[in-house]
Amino acid sequence: MSKAIRFIVKLSALITFGVLFFIIGYILVRGIPNLRPSLFQLEYTTENVSLFPALITTLMLVGLALLIATPIGIFTGFYLVEYAKKGSRLVETIRIATETLSGIPSIVYGLFGMLFFVIYLNFQYSLLAGAFTVAIMVLPLIIRATEEALMSVNDSLREASFGLGAGKLRTIFKIVLPVAMPGILSGIILSVGRIIGETAALMFTLGTATKIPEGLFSSGRTLALHMYVLSTEGFHVNESYATGVILLLIVLIINGLSTFLTTKLTKGNENE
Amino acid sequence: MKSKHLEGFMKGVFLISAIMSIIAIIFICIFIFAGGIPFIQEYGLKNFLLGTEWKPSNTPASFGILPMILGSFYVTLGAIIIGVPIGVLTAIYLAKFCNKKLYKVLKPGINLMAGIPSIVYGFFALIVIVPIIRDIFGGTGMNILTASILLGIMILPTIISMSEAALRAVPDSYYEGSIALGASHEKAIMSVVVPAAGSGILSSIILGIGRAIGETMAVILVAGNQARIPQGLTKGVRTLTTNIVIEMAYAADQHREALIATAAVLFIFILIINGSFLIVKRRSKN
Repeated sequence: MSKAIRFIVKLSALITFGVLFFIIGYILVRGIPNLRPSLFQLEYTTENVSLFPALITTLMLVGLALLIATPIGIFTGFYLVEYAKKGSRLVETIRIATETLSGIPSIVYGLFGMLFFVIYLNFQYSLLAGAFTVAIMVLPLIIRATEEALMSVNDSLREASFGLGAGKLRTIFKIVLPVAMPGILSGIILSVGRIIGETAALMFTLGTATKIPEGLFSSGRTLALHMYVLSTEGFHVNESYATGVILLLIVLIINGLSTFLTTKLTKGNENE
Repeated sequence: MKSKHLEGFMKGVFLISAIMSIIAIIFICIFIFAGGIPFIQEYGLKNFLLGTEWKPSNTPASFGILPMILGSFYVTLGAIIIGVPIGVLTAIYLAKFCNKKLYKVLKPGINLMAGIPSIVYGFFALIVIVPIIRDIFGGTGMNILTASILLGIMILPTIISMSEAALRAVPDSYYEGSIALGASHEKAIMSVVVPAAGSGILSSIILGIGRAIGETMAVILVAGNQARIPQGLTKGVRTLTTNIVIEMAYAADQHREALIATAAVLFIFILIINGSFLIVKRRSKN
Protein backbone atom coordinates (compact mmCIF):
# COMPACT_ATOMS: atom_id res chain seq x y z
CA MET A 1 0.00 0.00 0.00
CA SER A 2 2.67 2.46 1.09
CA LYS A 3 4.75 1.56 -1.91
CA ALA A 4 1.82 2.12 -4.27
CA ILE A 5 1.12 5.55 -2.75
CA ARG A 6 4.74 6.54 -2.99
CA PHE A 7 4.78 5.36 -6.59
CA ILE A 8 1.75 7.33 -7.80
CA VAL A 9 2.83 10.47 -5.93
CA LYS A 10 6.24 10.33 -7.56
CA LEU A 11 4.77 9.43 -10.93
CA SER A 12 2.48 12.49 -10.82
CA ALA A 13 5.37 14.79 -9.96
CA LEU A 14 7.34 13.21 -12.78
CA ILE A 15 4.49 13.85 -15.23
CA THR A 16 4.12 17.48 -14.11
CA PHE A 17 7.78 18.36 -14.39
CA GLY A 18 8.22 16.16 -17.45
CA VAL A 19 5.49 18.11 -19.25
CA LEU A 20 6.98 21.44 -18.17
CA PHE A 21 10.45 20.41 -19.27
CA PHE A 22 9.15 19.03 -22.55
CA ILE A 23 7.16 22.15 -23.46
CA ILE A 24 10.05 24.50 -22.75
CA GLY A 25 12.62 22.20 -24.36
CA TYR A 26 10.51 21.63 -27.44
CA ILE A 27 9.85 25.32 -28.10
CA LEU A 28 13.49 26.26 -27.47
CA VAL A 29 15.00 23.47 -29.57
CA ARG A 30 12.67 24.04 -32.50
CA GLY A 31 12.60 27.79 -32.13
CA ILE A 32 16.17 28.95 -31.58
CA PRO A 33 17.33 27.90 -35.08
CA ASN A 34 14.51 30.08 -36.44
CA LEU A 35 15.70 33.22 -34.68
CA ARG A 36 17.02 34.85 -37.82
CA PRO A 37 18.28 38.44 -37.82
CA SER A 38 15.63 39.32 -40.41
CA LEU A 39 12.98 38.83 -37.74
CA PHE A 40 14.40 41.84 -35.94
CA GLN A 41 13.96 44.28 -38.78
CA LEU A 42 12.14 47.49 -38.08
CA GLU A 43 9.38 46.88 -40.60
CA TYR A 44 6.83 44.10 -40.74
CA THR A 45 6.09 42.99 -44.28
CA THR A 46 4.09 40.08 -45.63
CA GLU A 47 7.32 38.44 -46.85
CA ASN A 48 9.23 39.04 -43.65
CA VAL A 49 6.93 38.84 -40.65
CA SER A 50 9.35 40.68 -38.40
CA LEU A 51 8.62 40.38 -34.72
CA PHE A 52 10.55 43.52 -33.84
CA PRO A 53 7.57 45.94 -34.03
CA ALA A 54 5.65 43.57 -31.74
CA LEU A 55 8.57 43.53 -29.31
CA ILE A 56 8.62 47.32 -29.13
CA THR A 57 4.82 47.47 -28.81
CA THR A 58 5.00 44.97 -25.96
CA LEU A 59 7.52 47.16 -24.11
CA MET A 60 5.41 50.27 -24.69
CA LEU A 61 2.26 48.55 -23.49
CA VAL A 62 3.95 47.15 -20.37
CA GLY A 63 5.40 50.56 -19.50
CA LEU A 64 2.13 52.37 -19.97
CA ALA A 65 0.05 49.79 -18.09
CA LEU A 66 2.47 49.83 -15.17
CA LEU A 67 2.38 53.61 -15.12
CA ILE A 68 -1.37 53.35 -14.54
CA ALA A 69 -1.58 50.27 -12.34
CA THR A 70 1.47 50.60 -10.07
CA PRO A 71 0.56 53.82 -8.21
CA ILE A 72 -3.07 52.76 -7.82
CA GLY A 73 -2.08 49.29 -6.64
CA ILE A 74 0.57 50.46 -4.19
CA PHE A 75 -1.63 53.25 -2.83
CA THR A 76 -4.45 50.75 -2.33
CA GLY A 77 -2.02 48.61 -0.36
CA PHE A 78 -1.04 51.66 1.74
CA TYR A 79 -4.66 52.37 2.48
CA LEU A 80 -5.57 48.79 3.34
CA VAL A 81 -2.58 48.15 5.60
CA GLU A 82 -1.59 51.52 7.04
CA TYR A 83 -4.84 53.48 7.27
CA ALA A 84 -8.01 51.39 7.16
CA LYS A 85 -9.52 49.74 10.21
CA LYS A 86 -9.10 45.99 9.86
CA GLY A 87 -12.34 44.27 9.06
CA SER A 88 -14.26 47.45 8.32
CA ARG A 89 -17.01 47.21 5.73
CA LEU A 90 -15.02 49.22 3.16
CA VAL A 91 -11.97 46.98 3.54
CA GLU A 92 -14.13 43.89 3.11
CA THR A 93 -15.72 45.36 -0.02
CA ILE A 94 -12.36 46.26 -1.50
CA ARG A 95 -11.09 42.77 -0.73
CA ILE A 96 -14.07 41.13 -2.43
CA ALA A 97 -13.66 43.50 -5.39
CA THR A 98 -9.98 42.67 -5.88
CA GLU A 99 -10.60 38.93 -5.48
CA THR A 100 -13.40 39.11 -8.04
CA LEU A 101 -11.19 41.11 -10.41
CA SER A 102 -8.49 38.46 -10.20
CA GLY A 103 -10.96 35.75 -11.22
CA ILE A 104 -12.43 37.47 -14.27
CA PRO A 105 -11.31 35.76 -17.50
CA SER A 106 -9.24 37.89 -19.82
CA ILE A 107 -11.78 37.71 -22.64
CA VAL A 108 -14.32 39.46 -20.39
CA TYR A 109 -11.72 42.15 -19.72
CA GLY A 110 -11.15 42.37 -23.43
CA LEU A 111 -14.83 42.82 -24.18
CA PHE A 112 -15.22 45.37 -21.40
CA GLY A 113 -12.19 47.26 -22.69
CA MET A 114 -13.69 47.26 -26.16
CA LEU A 115 -17.11 48.47 -25.00
CA PHE A 116 -15.79 51.08 -22.57
CA PHE A 117 -12.40 52.38 -23.74
CA VAL A 118 -12.55 51.66 -27.46
CA ILE A 119 -16.17 52.54 -28.17
CA TYR A 120 -17.66 54.53 -25.28
CA LEU A 121 -14.60 56.73 -24.70
CA ASN A 122 -13.78 56.56 -28.39
CA PHE A 123 -10.11 55.61 -27.95
CA GLN A 124 -10.35 53.30 -31.01
CA TYR A 125 -8.04 50.28 -31.10
CA SER A 126 -5.10 51.88 -29.38
CA LEU A 127 -2.15 51.55 -27.08
CA LEU A 128 -4.05 53.52 -24.44
CA ALA A 129 -7.19 51.35 -24.56
CA GLY A 130 -5.03 48.22 -24.30
CA ALA A 131 -2.96 49.66 -21.46
CA PHE A 132 -6.00 50.64 -19.39
CA THR A 133 -7.56 47.22 -19.91
CA VAL A 134 -4.53 45.23 -18.79
CA ALA A 135 -3.84 47.74 -16.01
CA ILE A 136 -7.19 46.83 -14.41
CA MET A 137 -6.32 43.19 -14.97
CA VAL A 138 -3.02 43.29 -13.05
CA LEU A 139 -4.28 45.60 -10.32
CA PRO A 140 -5.21 42.76 -7.93
CA LEU A 141 -1.74 41.25 -8.33
CA ILE A 142 -0.01 44.49 -7.35
CA ILE A 143 -2.44 45.17 -4.48
CA ARG A 144 -1.92 41.66 -3.09
CA ALA A 145 1.86 41.89 -3.29
CA THR A 146 1.93 45.35 -1.69
CA GLU A 147 -0.39 44.27 1.11
CA GLU A 148 1.68 41.22 1.92
CA ALA A 149 4.94 43.14 1.76
CA LEU A 150 3.64 45.92 4.02
CA MET A 151 2.20 43.48 6.52
CA SER A 152 5.53 41.70 6.81
CA VAL A 153 7.24 44.94 7.87
CA ASN A 154 7.89 44.81 11.60
CA ASP A 155 5.67 47.18 13.60
CA SER A 156 8.60 48.23 15.77
CA LEU A 157 10.00 50.10 12.76
CA ARG A 158 6.82 52.14 12.47
CA GLU A 159 6.72 52.80 16.21
CA ALA A 160 10.33 53.90 16.25
CA SER A 161 9.63 56.32 13.41
CA PHE A 162 6.55 57.75 15.12
CA GLY A 163 8.50 57.96 18.37
CA LEU A 164 11.10 60.12 16.68
CA GLY A 165 8.37 62.50 15.64
CA ALA A 166 7.90 61.52 12.01
CA GLY A 167 4.41 61.85 10.55
CA LYS A 168 2.49 58.96 9.04
CA LEU A 169 3.29 59.87 5.44
CA ARG A 170 6.99 60.23 6.16
CA THR A 171 7.00 56.92 8.02
CA ILE A 172 5.35 55.16 5.10
CA PHE A 173 7.59 56.56 2.37
CA LYS A 174 10.92 56.70 4.24
CA ILE A 175 10.72 53.72 6.58
CA VAL A 176 8.07 51.18 5.53
CA LEU A 177 8.28 51.40 1.74
CA PRO A 178 12.03 50.75 1.43
CA VAL A 179 11.73 47.62 3.59
CA ALA A 180 8.68 46.40 1.67
CA MET A 181 10.18 47.21 -1.73
CA PRO A 182 11.42 43.74 -2.77
CA GLY A 183 7.98 42.24 -2.16
CA ILE A 184 6.21 44.99 -4.07
CA LEU A 185 8.73 44.69 -6.90
CA SER A 186 8.17 40.98 -7.21
CA GLY A 187 4.44 41.69 -7.57
CA ILE A 188 5.14 44.25 -10.28
CA ILE A 189 7.42 41.82 -12.08
CA LEU A 190 4.71 39.15 -12.03
CA SER A 191 2.34 41.74 -13.50
CA VAL A 192 4.80 42.35 -16.32
CA GLY A 193 4.74 38.62 -17.01
CA ARG A 194 0.96 38.58 -17.03
CA ILE A 195 0.77 41.53 -19.47
CA ILE A 196 3.36 40.04 -21.80
CA GLY A 197 1.47 36.75 -21.95
CA GLU A 198 -1.92 38.35 -22.49
CA THR A 199 -3.83 37.90 -25.73
CA ALA A 200 -7.59 37.77 -25.27
CA ALA A 201 -7.82 41.06 -23.40
CA LEU A 202 -5.77 42.87 -26.03
CA MET A 203 -7.20 41.59 -29.27
CA PHE A 204 -10.19 43.96 -29.21
CA THR A 205 -8.55 46.83 -27.33
CA LEU A 206 -5.01 47.16 -28.64
CA GLY A 207 -5.91 45.60 -31.94
CA THR A 208 -3.49 43.69 -34.14
CA ALA A 209 -1.84 46.34 -36.34
CA THR A 210 1.60 45.29 -37.49
CA LYS A 211 3.42 48.60 -37.14
CA ILE A 212 5.06 50.19 -34.13
CA PRO A 213 2.40 52.51 -32.65
CA GLU A 214 3.08 56.14 -33.48
CA GLY A 215 1.26 57.46 -30.47
CA LEU A 216 -1.02 56.65 -27.57
CA PHE A 217 -3.99 56.42 -29.90
CA SER A 218 -2.61 54.10 -32.53
CA SER A 219 -2.94 50.34 -32.62
CA GLY A 220 -0.22 47.70 -32.46
CA ARG A 221 0.27 44.07 -31.50
CA THR A 222 2.19 42.52 -28.66
CA LEU A 223 4.43 39.48 -29.06
CA ALA A 224 1.74 37.16 -27.72
CA LEU A 225 -0.84 38.57 -30.13
CA HIS A 226 1.70 38.33 -32.95
CA MET A 227 2.21 34.67 -32.11
CA TYR A 228 -1.54 34.08 -31.97
CA VAL A 229 -2.15 35.67 -35.37
CA LEU A 230 0.73 33.70 -36.92
CA SER A 231 -0.53 30.44 -35.38
CA THR A 232 -4.09 30.88 -36.64
CA GLU A 233 -2.95 31.86 -40.12
CA GLY A 234 -0.76 28.79 -40.22
CA PHE A 235 1.63 30.08 -42.92
CA HIS A 236 4.44 31.07 -40.59
CA VAL A 237 5.03 28.18 -38.19
CA ASN A 238 8.77 28.86 -37.98
CA GLU A 239 8.19 32.48 -37.06
CA SER A 240 5.67 31.34 -34.45
CA TYR A 241 8.38 29.17 -32.91
CA ALA A 242 10.77 32.10 -32.90
CA THR A 243 8.21 34.36 -31.22
CA GLY A 244 7.54 31.57 -28.70
CA VAL A 245 11.25 31.47 -27.88
CA ILE A 246 11.36 35.21 -27.23
CA LEU A 247 8.25 34.98 -25.03
CA LEU A 248 9.69 32.05 -23.09
CA LEU A 249 13.02 33.82 -22.58
CA ILE A 250 11.24 36.89 -21.20
CA VAL A 251 9.16 34.70 -18.88
CA LEU A 252 12.28 32.85 -17.71
CA ILE A 253 14.01 36.14 -16.89
CA ILE A 254 10.93 37.51 -15.14
CA ASN A 255 10.51 34.40 -13.02
CA GLY A 256 14.19 34.35 -12.18
CA LEU A 257 14.01 37.97 -11.01
CA SER A 258 10.89 37.37 -8.98
CA THR A 259 12.34 34.25 -7.31
CA PHE A 260 15.53 36.18 -6.55
CA LEU A 261 13.58 39.02 -4.95
CA THR A 262 11.41 36.68 -2.90
CA THR A 263 14.39 34.76 -1.51
CA LYS A 264 16.04 38.08 -0.73
CA LEU A 265 12.90 39.14 1.07
CA THR A 266 12.63 35.98 3.19
CA LYS A 267 16.35 36.18 4.01
CA GLY A 268 15.90 39.79 5.06
CA ASN A 269 13.15 38.76 7.44
CA GLU A 270 15.25 35.99 8.95
CA ASN A 271 17.92 38.51 9.89
CA GLU A 272 15.52 40.63 11.88
CA MET B 1 0.51 73.62 8.94
CA LYS B 2 1.59 72.49 5.54
CA SER B 3 2.48 68.90 6.34
CA LYS B 4 -0.88 68.36 7.96
CA HIS B 5 -2.59 69.34 4.71
CA LEU B 6 -0.35 66.97 2.85
CA GLU B 7 -1.14 64.14 5.27
CA GLY B 8 -4.86 64.65 4.76
CA PHE B 9 -4.50 65.05 1.00
CA MET B 10 -2.44 61.88 0.59
CA LYS B 11 -4.84 59.92 2.77
CA GLY B 12 -7.55 61.00 0.34
CA VAL B 13 -5.41 59.89 -2.62
CA PHE B 14 -4.85 56.47 -1.03
CA LEU B 15 -8.56 56.11 -0.33
CA ILE B 16 -9.50 57.01 -3.90
CA SER B 17 -6.95 54.50 -5.23
CA ALA B 18 -8.40 51.84 -2.96
CA ILE B 19 -11.89 52.49 -4.25
CA MET B 20 -10.70 52.12 -7.87
CA SER B 21 -11.05 48.32 -7.73
CA ILE B 22 -14.66 48.66 -6.64
CA ILE B 23 -15.31 51.18 -9.41
CA ALA B 24 -13.67 48.86 -11.94
CA ILE B 25 -15.91 45.95 -10.93
CA ILE B 26 -19.00 48.14 -11.13
CA PHE B 27 -18.05 49.45 -14.57
CA ILE B 28 -17.29 45.97 -15.88
CA CYS B 29 -20.68 44.72 -14.67
CA ILE B 30 -22.52 47.72 -16.11
CA PHE B 31 -20.93 47.52 -19.54
CA ILE B 32 -21.10 43.76 -19.96
CA PHE B 33 -24.65 43.44 -18.68
CA ALA B 34 -25.97 46.60 -20.34
CA GLY B 35 -24.58 45.28 -23.62
CA GLY B 36 -25.99 41.79 -23.18
CA ILE B 37 -29.25 41.94 -21.26
CA PRO B 38 -31.33 43.92 -23.82
CA PHE B 39 -30.57 41.24 -26.39
CA ILE B 40 -31.51 38.44 -23.99
CA GLN B 41 -34.79 40.19 -23.22
CA GLU B 42 -35.56 40.55 -26.88
CA TYR B 43 -34.54 37.06 -27.91
CA GLY B 44 -35.82 35.30 -24.79
CA LEU B 45 -33.65 33.87 -22.04
CA LYS B 46 -34.85 30.34 -22.66
CA ASN B 47 -34.24 30.51 -26.41
CA PHE B 48 -30.81 31.93 -25.78
CA LEU B 49 -29.59 29.56 -23.06
CA LEU B 50 -31.31 26.39 -24.27
CA GLY B 51 -31.34 26.99 -28.01
CA THR B 52 -29.35 24.28 -29.78
CA GLU B 53 -28.62 26.21 -32.96
CA TRP B 54 -26.10 29.01 -33.35
CA LYS B 55 -26.54 30.34 -36.88
CA PRO B 56 -25.98 34.08 -36.83
CA SER B 57 -25.94 34.47 -40.61
CA ASN B 58 -29.21 32.63 -41.28
CA THR B 59 -32.45 34.58 -41.85
CA PRO B 60 -33.96 34.58 -39.35
CA ALA B 61 -30.75 34.15 -37.37
CA SER B 62 -30.68 31.75 -34.45
CA PHE B 63 -28.60 32.43 -31.37
CA GLY B 64 -28.78 29.40 -29.10
CA ILE B 65 -25.70 29.03 -26.93
CA LEU B 66 -26.43 25.61 -25.44
CA PRO B 67 -23.72 24.05 -27.66
CA MET B 68 -21.15 26.48 -26.25
CA ILE B 69 -22.32 26.05 -22.65
CA LEU B 70 -21.99 22.29 -23.04
CA GLY B 71 -18.67 22.76 -24.82
CA SER B 72 -17.26 24.81 -21.94
CA PHE B 73 -18.66 22.28 -19.49
CA TYR B 74 -17.11 19.27 -21.22
CA VAL B 75 -13.63 20.68 -21.74
CA THR B 76 -13.59 21.96 -18.15
CA LEU B 77 -14.72 18.59 -16.84
CA GLY B 78 -12.02 16.93 -18.94
CA ALA B 79 -9.42 19.35 -17.63
CA ILE B 80 -10.46 18.57 -14.05
CA ILE B 81 -10.32 14.82 -14.63
CA ILE B 82 -6.79 15.13 -16.03
CA GLY B 83 -5.43 18.02 -13.99
CA VAL B 84 -6.77 17.46 -10.48
CA PRO B 85 -5.27 14.04 -9.66
CA ILE B 86 -1.89 14.92 -11.16
CA GLY B 87 -1.92 18.37 -9.58
CA VAL B 88 -2.94 17.31 -6.08
CA LEU B 89 -0.51 14.37 -6.07
CA THR B 90 2.30 16.64 -7.27
CA ALA B 91 1.43 19.05 -4.46
CA ILE B 92 1.64 16.16 -1.99
CA TYR B 93 5.01 15.26 -3.43
CA LEU B 94 6.32 18.82 -3.10
CA ALA B 95 4.97 19.30 0.42
CA LYS B 96 5.74 15.92 1.96
CA PHE B 97 8.03 13.74 -0.13
CA CYS B 98 10.67 15.81 -1.82
CA ASN B 99 13.89 16.87 -0.09
CA LYS B 100 14.82 20.49 0.43
CA LYS B 101 17.48 20.65 -2.27
CA LEU B 102 15.20 19.29 -4.96
CA TYR B 103 12.38 21.53 -3.74
CA LYS B 104 14.48 24.61 -4.35
CA VAL B 105 14.67 23.63 -8.01
CA LEU B 106 11.12 22.32 -8.46
CA LYS B 107 9.19 25.12 -6.76
CA PRO B 108 10.37 27.84 -9.18
CA GLY B 109 9.46 25.35 -11.90
CA ILE B 110 5.81 25.53 -10.81
CA ASN B 111 5.96 29.34 -10.81
CA LEU B 112 7.48 29.22 -14.27
CA MET B 113 4.67 26.94 -15.41
CA ALA B 114 2.17 29.50 -14.17
CA GLY B 115 4.03 32.22 -16.06
CA ILE B 116 4.16 30.59 -19.47
CA PRO B 117 1.77 32.57 -21.72
CA SER B 118 -1.38 30.71 -22.70
CA ILE B 119 -0.62 31.25 -26.37
CA VAL B 120 2.60 29.25 -25.93
CA TYR B 121 0.64 26.39 -24.36
CA GLY B 122 -1.86 26.62 -27.19
CA PHE B 123 0.82 26.61 -29.86
CA PHE B 124 2.54 23.65 -28.21
CA ALA B 125 -0.75 21.74 -28.14
CA LEU B 126 -1.38 22.59 -31.79
CA ILE B 127 2.05 21.39 -32.86
CA VAL B 128 2.49 18.37 -30.57
CA ILE B 129 -0.79 17.13 -29.06
CA VAL B 130 -3.06 17.63 -32.09
CA PRO B 131 -1.00 15.37 -34.42
CA ILE B 132 -0.80 12.65 -31.75
CA ILE B 133 -4.57 12.68 -31.22
CA ARG B 134 -5.07 12.76 -35.00
CA ASP B 135 -2.89 9.68 -35.43
CA ILE B 136 -4.70 7.76 -32.71
CA PHE B 137 -8.33 8.73 -33.32
CA GLY B 138 -8.35 10.05 -36.88
CA GLY B 139 -10.17 13.22 -37.91
CA THR B 140 -8.56 16.62 -37.48
CA GLY B 141 -7.22 16.01 -33.98
CA MET B 142 -8.90 19.20 -32.80
CA ASN B 143 -11.53 18.08 -30.33
CA ILE B 144 -12.77 17.85 -26.74
CA LEU B 145 -10.02 15.42 -25.78
CA THR B 146 -7.21 17.65 -27.07
CA ALA B 147 -8.66 20.74 -25.42
CA SER B 148 -9.10 18.82 -22.16
CA ILE B 149 -5.49 17.65 -22.14
CA LEU B 150 -4.29 21.18 -22.88
CA LEU B 151 -6.45 22.73 -20.16
CA GLY B 152 -5.53 19.94 -17.75
CA ILE B 153 -1.89 20.97 -18.17
CA MET B 154 -2.69 24.67 -17.91
CA ILE B 155 -4.53 24.39 -14.59
CA LEU B 156 -1.73 22.35 -12.98
CA PRO B 157 0.22 25.32 -11.52
CA THR B 158 -2.93 26.81 -9.95
CA ILE B 159 -3.90 23.52 -8.33
CA ILE B 160 -0.36 22.61 -7.28
CA SER B 161 0.62 25.87 -5.59
CA MET B 162 -2.66 26.29 -3.71
CA SER B 163 -2.90 22.65 -2.65
CA GLU B 164 0.71 22.69 -1.53
CA ALA B 165 0.07 25.76 0.63
CA ALA B 166 -2.98 24.03 2.12
CA LEU B 167 -0.97 20.89 2.89
CA ARG B 168 1.80 22.90 4.53
CA ALA B 169 -0.73 24.74 6.69
CA VAL B 170 -1.80 21.48 8.37
CA PRO B 171 -0.21 21.43 11.85
CA ASP B 172 2.67 18.95 12.23
CA SER B 173 0.94 17.45 15.26
CA TYR B 174 -1.59 15.75 12.95
CA TYR B 175 1.17 13.91 11.15
CA GLU B 176 3.14 13.16 14.31
CA GLY B 177 0.08 11.88 16.14
CA SER B 178 -0.70 9.57 13.27
CA ILE B 179 2.86 8.27 13.15
CA ALA B 180 2.80 7.72 16.93
CA LEU B 181 -0.27 5.55 16.46
CA GLY B 182 1.74 3.33 14.16
CA ALA B 183 0.84 4.64 10.70
CA SER B 184 3.47 4.69 7.98
CA HIS B 185 4.67 8.00 6.45
CA GLU B 186 2.45 7.46 3.39
CA LYS B 187 -0.56 6.34 5.40
CA ALA B 188 -0.28 9.31 7.78
CA ILE B 189 -0.18 11.74 4.86
CA MET B 190 -2.96 10.19 2.83
CA SER B 191 -5.45 9.51 5.60
CA VAL B 192 -4.70 12.37 7.99
CA VAL B 193 -2.84 15.29 6.43
CA VAL B 194 -4.61 15.35 3.04
CA PRO B 195 -8.16 15.23 4.49
CA ALA B 196 -7.19 17.99 6.94
CA ALA B 197 -6.14 20.14 3.97
CA GLY B 198 -9.40 19.25 2.21
CA SER B 199 -11.02 22.65 1.95
CA GLY B 200 -7.77 24.26 0.75
CA ILE B 201 -7.45 21.59 -1.93
CA LEU B 202 -11.10 22.08 -2.84
CA SER B 203 -10.61 25.81 -3.30
CA SER B 204 -7.59 25.13 -5.54
CA ILE B 205 -9.85 22.94 -7.68
CA ILE B 206 -12.51 25.66 -7.85
CA LEU B 207 -9.89 28.17 -8.97
CA GLY B 208 -8.70 25.65 -11.54
CA ILE B 209 -12.27 25.35 -12.87
CA GLY B 210 -12.41 29.14 -13.20
CA ARG B 211 -9.15 29.17 -15.09
CA ALA B 212 -10.29 26.40 -17.44
CA ILE B 213 -13.67 27.98 -18.22
CA GLY B 214 -12.09 31.37 -18.84
CA GLU B 215 -9.24 30.21 -21.06
CA THR B 216 -9.65 31.42 -24.61
CA MET B 217 -6.74 31.79 -26.99
CA ALA B 218 -5.11 28.45 -26.31
CA VAL B 219 -8.43 26.62 -26.68
CA ILE B 220 -9.23 28.29 -30.01
CA LEU B 221 -6.15 26.72 -31.57
CA VAL B 222 -7.02 23.12 -30.66
CA ALA B 223 -10.76 22.73 -30.04
CA GLY B 224 -12.01 22.72 -33.63
CA ASN B 225 -14.59 25.43 -32.83
CA GLN B 226 -17.66 23.88 -34.46
CA ALA B 227 -20.76 25.55 -33.07
CA ARG B 228 -22.89 22.44 -32.54
CA ILE B 229 -23.89 20.26 -29.63
CA PRO B 230 -20.74 18.25 -28.77
CA GLN B 231 -20.99 14.79 -30.36
CA GLY B 232 -18.24 12.94 -28.55
CA LEU B 233 -14.76 13.04 -27.07
CA THR B 234 -13.09 13.08 -30.44
CA LYS B 235 -15.38 15.64 -32.05
CA GLY B 236 -14.77 19.35 -32.40
CA VAL B 237 -16.22 21.72 -29.87
CA ARG B 238 -16.70 25.43 -29.29
CA THR B 239 -16.65 27.07 -25.87
CA LEU B 240 -18.30 30.28 -24.63
CA THR B 241 -14.98 32.12 -24.66
CA THR B 242 -13.92 31.07 -28.12
CA ASN B 243 -17.36 31.89 -29.52
CA ILE B 244 -16.76 35.52 -28.58
CA VAL B 245 -13.27 35.82 -30.03
CA ILE B 246 -13.96 34.00 -33.28
CA GLU B 247 -16.94 36.10 -34.31
CA MET B 248 -16.41 39.44 -32.57
CA ALA B 249 -14.10 40.74 -35.28
CA TYR B 250 -16.82 40.82 -37.94
CA ALA B 251 -20.09 40.71 -35.95
CA ALA B 252 -22.56 43.58 -36.24
CA ASP B 253 -25.89 44.62 -34.73
CA GLN B 254 -27.85 41.74 -33.22
CA HIS B 255 -25.04 39.26 -33.77
CA ARG B 256 -22.68 41.49 -31.82
CA GLU B 257 -25.17 41.90 -29.01
CA ALA B 258 -25.56 38.11 -28.91
CA LEU B 259 -21.80 37.80 -28.42
CA ILE B 260 -21.81 40.34 -25.60
CA ALA B 261 -24.69 38.39 -24.08
CA THR B 262 -22.50 35.27 -24.36
CA ALA B 263 -19.86 37.13 -22.34
CA ALA B 264 -22.52 38.07 -19.79
CA VAL B 265 -23.43 34.41 -19.35
CA LEU B 266 -19.75 33.50 -19.00
CA PHE B 267 -19.33 36.33 -16.49
CA ILE B 268 -22.21 35.01 -14.38
CA PHE B 269 -20.68 31.52 -14.37
CA ILE B 270 -17.39 33.04 -13.22
CA LEU B 271 -19.12 35.07 -10.50
CA ILE B 272 -20.77 31.88 -9.22
CA ILE B 273 -17.42 30.05 -9.25
CA ASN B 274 -15.67 32.96 -7.53
CA GLY B 275 -18.44 33.18 -4.95
CA SER B 276 -18.12 29.53 -4.05
CA PHE B 277 -14.35 29.94 -3.90
CA LEU B 278 -14.71 32.79 -1.40
CA ILE B 279 -17.17 30.78 0.68
CA VAL B 280 -14.89 27.73 0.80
CA LYS B 281 -11.93 29.95 1.68
CA ARG B 282 -13.81 31.73 4.47
CA ARG B 283 -14.94 28.42 5.88
CA SER B 284 -11.43 26.99 5.89
CA LYS B 285 -10.18 30.05 7.77
CA ASN B 286 -12.68 29.63 10.62
